[in-house]
Amino acid sequence: MDNRKGILVCGEFAEAKLAPITIELLGLGRKLANELGEPLSVLLMGSKASGLTQETIAFGADNVYVADDALLDQYNSDGYTQIAANLCQQALPSIVLLGHTDVGMDLAPRLNARLGGGLAMDCLALSIDPATQLLASTRPVFGGNAHATMLAKSARPQMATVRPKTMPPAARDDSRQGQVLPVEGKVDPSAIKVKVVERTKEQVEGVKLEDAEVVVSGGRGIGGAQNFAMLRELANVLGGAVGATRPACDEGWVPVRLQVGQSGKVVSPKLYIAVALSGAMAHIAGCLGSKVIVAINKDKDANIFNVAHFGIVGDYKEILPALTAKLRELKSG
Amino acid sequence: MNTIVCVKQVLDPEIPPAKFKIDAEAKQVIPPAGVPPVISVYDERAVEAALRLKDKHKGKITALSMGSEKAADVIKHAIALGADDGFVLQDAAFENLDSFGTAYVLAKAIQKIGEYDLVLCGRQAADWGAGEVGSILAEILGIPVITLASEIQAQDKTLRVKRIVSDGFEVLEAPMPCLITVGSEIGLPRLPAGPRLMMARKKVIPIWRAQDIGAEPTKLDKQNAHTEVIGLSVPTRKTECEMITGATPADAAAHLAAKLSKLI
Ligand SMILES: Cc1cc2nc3c(=O)[nH]c(=O)nc-3n(C[C@H](O)[C@H](O)[C@H](O)COP(=O)(O)OP(=O)(O)OC[C@H]3O[C@@H](n4cnc5c(N)ncnc54)[C@H](O)[C@@H]3O)c2cc1C
Repeated sequence: MDNRKGILVCGEFAEAKLAPITIELLGLGRKLANELGEPLSVLLMGSKASGLTQETIAFGADNVYVADDALLDQYNSDGYTQIAANLCQQALPSIVLLGHTDVGMDLAPRLNARLGGGLAMDCLALSIDPATQLLASTRPVFGGNAHATMLAKSARPQMATVRPKTMPPAARDDSRQGQVLPVEGKVDPSAIKVKVVERTKEQVEGVKLEDAEVVVSGGRGIGGAQNFAMLRELANVLGGAVGATRPACDEGWVPVRLQVGQSGKVVSPKLYIAVALSGAMAHIAGCLGSKVIVAINKDKDANIFNVAHFGIVGDYKEILPALTAKLRELKSG
Repeated sequence: MNTIVCVKQVLDPEIPPAKFKIDAEAKQVIPPAGVPPVISVYDERAVEAALRLKDKHKGKITALSMGSEKAADVIKHAIALGADDGFVLQDAAFENLDSFGTAYVLAKAIQKIGEYDLVLCGRQAADWGAGEVGSILAEILGIPVITLASEIQAQDKTLRVKRIVSDGFEVLEAPMPCLITVGSEIGLPRLPAGPRLMMARKKVIPIWRAQDIGAEPTKLDKQNAHTEVIGLSVPTRKTECEMITGATPADAAAHLAAKLSKLI
């Protein structure tokens, strides 16, 4: 039925470097492509994309499509959808992979709406189903309480967004060879209905949550904005960052960008200290990659103790100050 | 300003993980007894977003829910919060539709309603959470779409939308009519006001079937589903948690500090 072939990764980059998620997708894509015996291609969009083609090939791409267009320098939904959809209609990939990132979360459903494929969002595992040779995509449902595996039997392309930090990054091999192919056609400016009028980077004091080696997260049980100072102090002693659950963000105790979880940030620090949060699956989804999880909760039956390596049952207000003081002492000693 | 809000009724996602049970064979979740279904969190925030616009600009809010007859409850909830009107889309042919089928049914209902400036959806449903329906719906309606909004302002025929991105935020502008999906960043929803609650409870919510909205059977045929669930499982990840104790909480904290200082 199908003259579609190959895997297409929608790449992302910033400041002349491929985004970590794209290198993860290249690792995954290479594996799936080898299994199917089909090529792996990457689409890079923007006027600076051509500087990244060799790196993309070194990380495993057979073909790199470059959409060299200044209208694609910043992500805009209409322009990206247009160019990616055109390429998919010309190159006819059988599988399209995106990161579950700001870009992917917006672009994937729009692209799929236009192409009429079958999409699975926020995937944790992807494989080729041996019986059908189709892409089997496993994703969290019911707030992470269950995992569903999906197939697209006939809709094409088969699409997935992949959660960052769930796949090992591709290995770099600078001797790899590949083709660079220009994408024909430019963005039609009249099709850009939604205009980006402002984009502001927020300056973060101290360590960035996503990069921190230690994260101290607080939940609803923290009880107020002021009490987060205790978490900040502990984070400072450990050179880490503060995170939060959705309720703590909803209440305005901390900025929403500190939300960890399925609909927030995914972190994978060496140490994750979960304070006064119950450990709902949708929250844990954002920190399961942590090496060591510590839970402090007054409810001994809280779910967080099911995923933690160390736990203390008790009121965090009585525990955190002592913990911070002792760690400070041990560090200076 | 006329706004249509799409709301879904879901199994309460906040039931404790221990109570969460599935039928792996049927690939369905078994709703625990005595836990009533709720309006999906993000859809409730979408209602809140609509209400904030109405507070400023007046106009009409219509809520739409595809689901069982019980979905009238989420329409009533939206009305209690301040929506004016609502419809339930219920038909045997609507059961277990994928995102494309769902968006198709919603689009047909919206086209039947006719006039609108804005369609709002939650960013994703709290149950299957595909996060696709809004984008497909906009594509079918042929209107611009903005996903994951954290703030919406309207001026004349233009919408100004803030969305949070990982390292900051961006502000987008789109002409009306437009579709916007709403994230939790928009803020907490208001509580229903007492008298509206009574009024909403008594309200009869019309039910629209496939033929009422002119939905074509081929579009609802499960054979044409874009995606299919072939497996459902409950992730098991039980770690051995070492409980740290002490004579006092401060003591326990000191023991924990000693363990942690070896790790970092
Ligand atoms: C589709 C979907 C996506 C979601 N995405 C996210 C997400 O990205 N991130 C997220 O966090 N949530 C998310 N949620 C919400 C999630 O399901 C939970 O509602 C939320 O994580 C609970 O937050 P919490 O643990 O802070 O609050 P609660 O569940 O209310 O827990 C509070 C905890 O604090 C403890 N406590 C109270 N006082 C003290 C004290 N003095 N000392 C010690 N312990 C105390 C209590 O014992 C309790 O365990 C999502 C839900 C859905 C359905």
